[in-house]
Parts: sequence; structure tokens; C-alpha cells
Amino acid sequence: MLLQGLPAEKERIIVPGPAGFMPPSAAQLGVALPPSGVGIAYGHHVPEDIAIAEMARQMLTKPNATIFPGPMVLWAWNEHAVEKAMAVLEIAAQIPNVLIIPMPDYRPKYPKVDPEEVINPNHPNLTIWGNKIEACIFVGVHCHYANLTLKMIRAGTNCCTAALCAEQGHEDAMLSVHDMDAAKLRRVAQIFKRVREQMGINLPSDGKNVRYTGLQSRVNGNETHINPLVALKPGAPPAGVHMPSEGQMPH
Amino acid sequence: MSNPLEPEVKTNPQGDPITSVEPEQKTNPQGDPITSAAPIKVSGGSKDLQEAAKKQRVVTPEYMFFEAPRKREFITGSEAAKEAVRRSNVDFSVAYPITPQSETMQLIGVLYGEGYVKEYYRGEEEYGVMSAIAGGSRAGVRCFTATAGPGTLRGIEPIASWPGHRLPAVAMFTCRVVNAPLAIQPDNIEISYLLNCGMIVFHAENQQDLFDFIMKGFIIGEKNDVTLPVGVACDGFFVTHARNYVDMQEKGIKLPPRQAWKGAVPVLDAENPPARLSRDAPVQKSNFMAYNIHAVWQQEVWAGVERSRRYIEQYMGGLCAPENVEGAEALIVASGSAAAQSREAIRLCKDQGVNVGFIKIRSLRPFPTKELRQLCAKAKLIVIPEFNYVGWLAKDVAAAIYGYSNAKIVAGPHVYGGMSMPVEMIVDEVIGGLTGKKSIAVPESAIMGRDVNQAEVAHFMQNI
Repeated sequence: MLLQGLPAEKERIIVPGPAGFMPPSAAQLGVALPPSGVGIAYGHHVPEDIAIAEMARQMLTKPNATIFPGPMVLWAWNEHAVEKAMAVLEIAAQIPNVLIIPMPDYRPKYPKVDPEEVINPNHPNLTIWGNKIEACIFVGVHCHYANLTLKMIRAGTNCCTAALCAEQGHEDAMLSVHDMDAAKLRRVAQIFKRVREQMGINLPSDGKNVRYTGLQSRVNGNETHINPLVALKPGAPPAGVHMPSEGQMPH
Repeated sequence: MSNPLEPEVKTNPQGDPITSVEPEQKTNPQGDPITSAAPIKVSGGSKDLQEAAKKQRVVTPEYMFFEAPRKREFITGSEAAKEAVRRSNVDFSVAYPITPQSETMQLIGVLYGEGYVKEYYRGEEEYGVMSAIAGGSRAGVRCFTATAGPGTLRGIEPIASWPGHRLPAVAMFTCRVVNAPLAIQPDNIEISYLLNCGMIVFHAENQQDLFDFIMKGFIIGEKNDVTLPVGVACDGFFVTHARNYVDMQEKGIKLPPRQAWKGAVPVLDAENPPARLSRDAPVQKSNFMAYNIHAVWQQEVWAGVERSRRYIEQYMGGLCAPENVEGAEALIVASGSAAAQSREAIRLCKDQGVNVGFIKIRSLRPFPTKELRQLCAKAKLIVIPEFNYVGWLAKDVAAAIYGYSNAKIVAGPHVYGGMSMPVEMIVDEVIGGLTGKKSIAVPESAIMGRDVNQAEVAHFMQNI
């Protein structure tokens, strides 16, 4: 059933945890993935814009809000991947003091993960705990690994999770929208901007709203923040590197 | 002395003349013929035996399944499987023969020769076959194989690992007795071993089902939110060797290729789990993993099974097919060849004035739990005939409708070890169940639900 607004508190199925030692998956709890144009908010189907606006509210108000970009937007697989990555930065540009912590790949990290700098699907809770993250967005993560991650975060942390998915979405996220190509990601950024302005939250005048992690700061001259739209534009691919067109590689 | 007007006749090492249609036989350094070399070339001729395959047009699954004109042919189940694979744009197939599957995979070899399957070879045995299918699927290509009975069990370890690796493929199980003692006759006990692997499992009633389920299995299993293997089971011999009418699309069209880059996991990345985990410490014992990594992994596999429901409804018309359920005095619930026998039993019951409804189960995993709860809510008697000893379908049905129906459930009749099922056995259970007459084929311990001896039921449940 499609709700026209957010579900009432007592009706919510998938909510920030810790949900317990081994909570059932959202699919076991009866949450299904919605059709095109429909998002998920706390286990219920809602219009996409409602889910996105709630993502914005969570990311604008919860401590240590973080964007977790996965391999499909971190690496320049093709031109569309680059375009999507830029759109993700447009979203980041609307969230004051946001962190960007990458999930560069899915391999286990030996001898141990640095949870301040990366997130890993084999132990994502460490990054959430280590940075005291209470709201986050996953984007560009292959669906299987996103689902593992979302389940573990819900089981063991109090973080409100959101997913911007290029495929069918994620029922284990508290907030999920899908079919996210570059154009839809830019629309997400516009909704974030609208919600931010409605809430009266201002951006820093120099546009430096993305907060560096410790390592990011050290390799960037001990700066604390960066303007994602100015400083993070991608350079041209190295000479001789062929950039495949859309559809040839991971999206 | 040879006649200069006659062409010189070439001979093979045995001295037999090589005819013009025989391809040149290449051998490996050991002298064994190389059979995987493609394409076959006809000496002296220009005809390309793979020409028809090259001219196949890609169509959407929706057109293929619902709009394309179909022509009826009278063919065996193995031939139906071949025709399904012909239209499924299959990249890779591995065979290892076992009765009653051998003809199926031999026919896939014919397709390979004709260019409809891009790569094909004979494996060493089923463990190797199923492992090769895993490799092919992980590499991102569309894979098909088939096996039966002991072959299924020999391959069960890699088969059971396919879902966790999120490997879409279609495996056909032409069910037969599992040894010992050695037998090659029909019995679908092997399905019970497949039900809890985390794969999607369909059970074909007839040759038409087999044709449709294989093609639809590729499309359903490859959906991003599913990304799982599909097992298409049928009862060996009854379906594989017998002929039946099958409505098929023209040979000139095929499904779109697999788009592995849209899958839930990246293709063939040896540095990432699950490939990486295979050479790492066991995940549940590793200090580098969360305590529940394997648990949520299993949850995710079964969530994929759950998500396949909507595609099964979209492409197959539902997980089950109810007929004449409303107002029926009794219901028969069956899958596979037992469904075919049940149809005839229902006709005989009608001759006796007994109105019997029917629910055919198409999908065993995911199981139509919600549908059965609704369909069986008012039923008084449910009869579940099966071609195996343990009654795996009856167990699933009883568990699904427990608390939702007061029906008496007859877990039978059962035949196994190569027996066929006379339809009169099913009729007896329906009439006996309605009249209270004691069955000679089904023990009281296999009758569950209303008005039954609970101690007997407990005994039955313990023993299956």
C-alpha cells in the first residue's frame, strides 16, 4: 500500500537500531521493494519525493551525517559514473559539515580496518560506531553488499540509513529510493536544497561544507573542510586511458 | 591404379572413406579428438551450419513470453529443454551424463554445434560441472546445465554455494531415484535436498512447463534484486522421455543477453568476497568480520528468494495455479507429474459426482504460503499426492496453512523407487477422506489437521 506521507511512528517497521543481536531481515518482516517512482520510508512505500525529503531532514539534523560512496561512483568506470559522482557531490554540497567516507571495495581489510577513513561491508558497524554517525546515505554500492551493510548497521547501531540505488532499492534501509541515474541524483540534490532552505539551515559562505576525516585532512594540508563543487572536479583521464561509454561497465 | 577422372577418395586412419560432409577431425597431442572446436566446417561447401543462430533476433522477455506467435509441436521433455535453451541466448553449458538427463545435455551439444550455445564441454563429473557453472556465472555469462538423482547429490556442495555467491544460472533436475540400491527410475526425493539451498526451485508438470520455466528462469534469476540460481525440476522419464504438445515461439528469436554488470555483485572479482572469503579465514571465526556477517549474508540470499515472487507472478502467472477451488468438496495440492495425475483423478471424481478443486504448485522456492492460506481457508479435505517417500510437499503445505485452515490433510498417496502413480490411488484418498473410509495406501500417521490422531501425526512428523 502506498502511503501519501511518512508512516506514523508506531507503524514504522525498519527504524534506527540497535535492533538486536540477530534481527530478521526487512524481507522477512514483509517489506517489499516498490515499483518505479515509489520510495521506502521506514518499511512503507511512499512517493519518492517524500522519502528523499525525509533523507534530507535526517542528514541535516543528525550528528555526523555521512555519505558513503561505493565503487560505482568512486571510480571512473565510464562517463556516466563520473557524471553520477558529480551529482553525489552536489548532494553533499547541501549538507553542512557532512562527512564523505568511501567504501572503495568489498574486500576484508587486513590486519584491521581503519574505521575512521573507510567503511567495509564485512564490519560496517565499526565505522558507524567509530565516527558516532547517526545518519548516512549509501550510493554507488553493489546491491548485495549494500544489503549486508544495511542489515548490520540496523542490528548494531542507532544510525538512520538511507540508500540512493541505481537498481530496485533496499528494503533494509530506513529510507530508500531507486533507479538513480545522474539526473535523478541531481534532483535529490534539489530536494535537499529545498528542505534545507525550508529548515532555515545555511551553508558556510565559502562553500566549504564537507568535513574532512583525519586522514583526508592530513593529506590536504590540515584543512578541515572543503567545497565539494570547487575542489573535487575530476581531472581528465590519464593519457591512453579509454573511457568506455555508458553501459559497458558497472553503472 | 586410380582413375584420373574420379576424385581421390580420402580415408580416415581406419581406412573408411571420409565423406564430403564429414568435418576434418582435429586431435590433441594425445591423439584424442578435439570435440569442442567450433564451428564445424563442411569441406567443399559454403553453407554455414551456424547461419540460423547468427540470424537470431533479440526480443524483449515480454514479447518472447506473451506476444510472440507460437507453433505447437509434439516433442519430448528433453527436446523442449533444448528448444528453450535455443531461445535463451545461453553462453555456456557443461554436461555430464546421467539417466534420465543424458539426452537433454546431448541435445544442448547439438545446439552448440549449431551455434546457439557459445561454449559447451563435458565435465569430469557433477562436482566439476557445478563448479564450472559457478565460474561461468561469476564471469558474467548465462549458464545452463542439467543433472539427475545421484548427480544432483554429487554436485550439491557447489550447487548449495551458488546462492551465497549470488550466481544466476539455470539448472534442470530431471528427478530420479537416489541410490542405493542402484535404480534409475522416477522419484523426486532429490528436490527435498534442493529446497533449502537458497536457490529458486520450480517444478514442471509437463513438457510445456519445462520449456517455459527454463526460459523464464533465466530472466527471473538475473534480476538485480534476485541474482540467484534457478532450479527447474521435472519428474524424469515422465517428462524427459515422453512426448507432449509444446507451444513454442519461432526459432529466429532469442532473449536478451545477460547483463551481468547490472547484478547485485560485481562479476569475477577474485579480490572481493565471496571469492576472497573462500581463501580467507572462515568468516564466522575471523577477527576481521562482524559477528553476524554470515548470518546477514544468509538473510540476503533468502531475501533474494522473497524478491523473486513479484517476477514469478509477472512472468509465470503466479507461484501456484488454482482451479475450481471455490465451493469444492476437497482440494488436491500437487506439483510436477503428480499434478498431471491429479487432473485425471479430478475427472474421475467428477464422474462420481464429487467436486474436487486443484492447486498446482509451480514454485517450491519461494513457496506460495500466502496464496495457500487464502485458497485453503475454507477447505475441509486436502489431498497431496507425491512421487517420493518423505512427503516434502505435504510438510510444506501443512506448515504453510497451519492455523489458517481446519482442513484434514492427507499426506499422500506416495509412490517412490520408480513406481508410477495410478490415478485411482488419488481418487481413493479423496473419496476415503470425505467418507471416512480407511485408506489402504496412506497410513493414519500421514493424515494431519482436523479430526486426526495427534499422536499418530507426531509420529509421522518425527519420521519425515
